[in-house]
Amino acid sequence: MTLTVDIRHRLGEFRLDIRFETAGGLVALLGRSGSGKTSIINTIAGLIKPDAGFVSVDDMVLVDTERQFFVSPHLRRIGYVFQEGRLFPHLTVRQNLLYGRWFAPRGVGTDFDGVVDLLGIGALLERRPARLSGGEKQRVAIGRALLAKPRLLLMDEPLASLDEARKAEILPYIEKLRDQASVPIVYVSHSISEVARLASTIVLVSEGKLAAVGPTAQIMHRLDLFPLTGRAEAGALVEASVERHDEQFGLTELRSRAGLWKLPRLDVPVGVRLRLRVRARDVMIATSPPSDLSALNVLGGLVSDIGSSHGAIVEVRLDCGGDVLIARLTRYSVQRLGLARGTRVYALIKSVALDRRSLSGPIRGISGADAAADEV
Amino acid sequence: MGWRGSALKSLNGGFVWVDWISLSPEEWTAVRLSIRVAVVATLVGLPFGLLVALALARGRFWGHSLLNGFVLLPLILPPVVTGYVLLLLFGRRGPIGSFLAEHFGIVFSFRWTGAALACGVMGFPLMVRALRLSIEAVDPRLEEAAGTLGANRAWIFLTVTLPLIVPGIITGMILCFAKAMGEFGATITFVSNIPGETQTLPSAIYTLTQVPGGDAGALRLTIVSVIIAMLALLASELMARYANRRLEVE
Repeated sequence: MTLTVDIRHRLGEFRLDIRFETAGGLVALLGRSGSGKTSIINTIAGLIKPDAGFVSVDDMVLVDTERQFFVSPHLRRIGYVFQEGRLFPHLTVRQNLLYGRWFAPRGVGTDFDGVVDLLGIGALLERRPARLSGGEKQRVAIGRALLAKPRLLLMDEPLASLDEARKAEILPYIEKLRDQASVPIVYVSHSISEVARLASTIVLVSEGKLAAVGPTAQIMHRLDLFPLTGRAEAGALVEASVERHDEQFGLTELRSRAGLWKLPRLDVPVGVRLRLRVRARDVMIATSPPSDLSALNVLGGLVSDIGSSHGAIVEVRLDCGGDVLIARLTRYSVQRLGLARGTRVYALIKSVALDRRSLSGPIRGISGADAAADEV
Repeated sequence: MGWRGSALKSLNGGFVWVDWISLSPEEWTAVRLSIRVAVVATLVGLPFGLLVALALARGRFWGHSLLNGFVLLPLILPPVVTGYVLLLLFGRRGPIGSFLAEHFGIVFSFRWTGAALACGVMGFPLMVRALRLSIEAVDPRLEEAAGTLGANRAWIFLTVTLPLIVPGIITGMILCFAKAMGEFGATITFVSNIPGETQTLPSAIYTLTQVPGGDAGALRLTIVSVIIAMLALLASELMARYANRRLEVE
């Protein structure tokens, strides 16, 4: 799938002026609230008619204001999962799911039972939306959009209205969707942790304009973008595979290019590839190989970049045998250790800082981590 | 008029009761005519009411408030004025009346259809008001969602908007029906008070009160009116409850 967006639109005081092009997989529109993300996907869905511009999915042109061309939303076959679900209150879950079927092309594609299984909503079919929890509503909304056989699925912060537990309940379904349902997805979010887990490509939006676009890891590893991607949750993505389990101490060992990682025991078979998110605030740096240390993960590498400082804090990027790590340090430490580009260092990460939530399945096809390693 | 002296036999309790509820043929005619007029006024008015309510609730066009005022007019004007305007427009010589009579054979003046028209016009503002409120309560974001699932505007209306406004439709129809059952001034001005043709319940009651010895008949028709009104309310209550259970409004 190729998605091309090139639009200019005014909404009161707010101006949207953005142009980007992305390939398939899960594309995340990342940005603070009010940055224009929802306006962008509303334009893709046809709910907003832009003042000027061009939108196309693959070779199907949806909007071309120069030629006065605008495809109505109902003819676009673009699924939309809204922030608040928007299930039809007068229909049962089953009827909601089947709603789009009346209008979808017959024959090909998505089967009802497959989608119901994928989303785990088999037990809800005869209920009405008012009787569903927030998480269940969102899963039904996803199923409803999928069963309309969309060529592209838009998701507008589908987790925003849910608490942490419900988020954790739905994320695996979205991962499965991304990997199994062969529908390209555009996913709007302001949460870097969600995006790190799900996205193959990030489109970073700021104040209605494009700030950056590229593979997930590449965008996440750019120190200059931290003010936009969110400093508190900043971190690096590492692709690793399960090497072995240590039953005696309840540990799992992962192998990445940087070396061997030890984590609290994971319930994952040996050989499986995982995406590990290592937050910058969990990484310490030493300039000589440390001994007598509780932290189990000690990875050697070179300083590849030092960000601009903000107050006492500065982020440092490391190249550890091809993997990128990011450490958040004080400016004082950087000076005391004499860190500069090319300095040989050791990154220390406590095993307990790497829990289930730091892990997700690898993104098929597109290796953001690889792309990032070659950059800079 | 339908009075068979039952009050005189008031010591014979059972007989009195039977006579109290037995209506004369003329009274039955008035009851049947009233119901027919009210039902026709409500059913024929509904599609127009829906269109106007949709336009008022969703439309943005020049003359929006003009249309709103025009629809509400019968509610504010004295009914006699409304009836007279109908007579001018839809009477045999009126511009609309003569056109309809000539091209479609529809005649209103001094016919029960004219009574239905007068009742429909009087009930219309109440129906539109109820429909408009319920349409405005429908979340347009649900209609947007239906659009992204492939439904065009007509389908969105039929499968989302219409089912969601069913309670409003019920309310609107009951209000219109009740107004039509009680309508007097506009009807009598427009189509007069012809027994069997345009004499509805209120006109019949009015006539009976003007005739010596007509009190009992007037009372019987009054009781019938109360019963019909109660039944209509009950029906609307049951239907609204059913519709609300289906919607399970959050």
